Amino acid sequence: MEGIGFKILGALLTTILAFVVGMFYGGLNRKITARTQNRVGPPVYQNFIDLVKLQGKRTNIAHGFMGHIAPVLAIIASLTVLMFIPVLHDGLWFRNLTFKGDLIFLLYMMVFGSLGMALGAGQSGNPNSAIGVSRGLAQMVGYEIPFVLALVSLMIQFHTTSIQDLMAYQHETGQWIIFANPFAFLAAILSYLGMFRYSPFDIVGAPAELASGPISEFGGKYLGTMMTSGSIFAFIKLVLMVDIFFGGAGNFGSGFWGVVAGLVELVVKTFIVYMIPVFIGLVSPRFRTEQAIRFFWKWPTAFGVIAILWSVFL
Amino acid sequence: MSNKINTIGIPSEEEIKKAQIDFSPRCTAAGRVNDKETQKMVEYILNFARKHSLFVLAYGTGCGAIEIPATMTSRYDAERFGIRGAATPRQADVLLITGYLSTKTLKRVIRVYEQMQDPKYVIAFGSCTINGGMYFDSYNTIKALDRYLPVDVYIAGCMPRPESVIKGFIKLQELIQNGNAGNGECYRDNLDWYRTNQQKIIKNWDFPDEYNW
Repeated sequence: MEGIGFKILGALLTTILAFVVGMFYGGLNRKITARTQNRVGPPVYQNFIDLVKLQGKRTNIAHGFMGHIAPVLAIIASLTVLMFIPVLHDGLWFRNLTFKGDLIFLLYMMVFGSLGMALGAGQSGNPNSAIGVSRGLAQMVGYEIPFVLALVSLMIQFHTTSIQDLMAYQHETGQWIIFANPFAFLAAILSYLGMFRYSPFDIVGAPAELASGPISEFGGKYLGTMMTSGSIFAFIKLVLMVDIFFGGAGNFGSGFWGVVAGLVELVVKTFIVYMIPVFIGLVSPRFRTEQAIRFFWKWPTAFGVIAILWSVFL
Repeated sequence: MSNKINTIGIPSEEEIKKAQIDFSPRCTAAGRVNDKETQKMVEYILNFARKHSLFVLAYGTGCGAIEIPATMTSRYDAERFGIRGAATPRQADVLLITGYLSTKTLKRVIRVYEQMQDPKYVIAFGSCTINGGMYFDSYNTIKALDRYLPVDVYIAGCMPRPESVIKGFIKLQELIQNGNAGNGECYRDNLDWYRTNQQKIIKNWDFPDEYNW
């Protein structure tokens, strides 16, 4: 049962799951946005159609080697991170390569895709791309600090750097970490607002002022690959949040239907978490860059420090 | 458009002969053989995806740009057909030319069109792109857009209401499904003819000689 074939099959299944769920979440985001604005909106599978069209473009232009492989770097980073996230906390299929210390590994690996995209955007020579990249890196400096503080407070509180151990703790005690350390959750969810880049933190790809920022010179299959990577990465971020703070999702019993029930639980929980940045984005205008960074260094960082004090003294 | 129309601003037969320009339009849907029967299955599916996912680069040249927000937002909601705005020409499928084109603007429109990736479509919006419209006797606006760019769909009106714009998009979707839209290759094949026409209008010609499209 521990054969390499099962591992590869499980990795493929995880990838397909992340792709399909991530793309549907993108479509649902568009649909919910439309309904909020009293429109009919596109069908929920619109993102799949967009992807087929982008991959079916007859000509694709890249501005040099880095521009050619930047989407590949982005999707490699997404898939690598996906392999180290335990999607279900027990069972054989959806744990993949998770190991002790993956929380620290993920902190480093999650910025890799953005860096690859920054390199590719830099080679295009488009000034909008350059401004977008500098804004993106500045915003990353903003939201990484509260995010790291939140995760470090969990590491201190539970004496582990393994997502698997955190999920096991929540499973055994029956208490979600959102109740065990609420300030860590506040810091993490506020930094997620920046990570998702919806309003008010959509300063990177602002379509009206930056012409979609770093991706402004990417079209056709390059844009399609980046879209795929972004969808998978959205799913990853949601699963990480659910794993750490909401008890994750486990198998109900054993067998095929147990796994399916676990996946349904996962989808329901991730969808609820996903609605937080979506709804905040719907009612918010856009921040300026320095306003965004000031926000991240004020409230989420304060919550992160409180979370660390909470985990040390309580 | 036939050459028999002889109003002010539209060149007469003598003027055409004098200017040595072949004014018969190129790149129209009529001469293409890629009809539905000869399409392969993959092309059929791709055309289905193309017609339901149109990223529009709205080039707001003239007064027509004011109709685009109404078309895209809550009341008429073009996004339910899969039509959404694109920020840059690299990402766009449809170049929507909204209104009159001055000779200065034409140069930019041509650059934008050539940066788009195949298959690409052009929708000419308003009377001004068809025969000059209310600028028929202006000295610095072009009168017929398809001398300079291959146009897939014209939307007549001054201005066309959002219903007309959506109708034009649906017409474009029909053309795409039948394989009759998308003239990027034809534009490249007839590049000499288009360049001749364009260079007669654009005085300070500084385009690069070789494109990588």
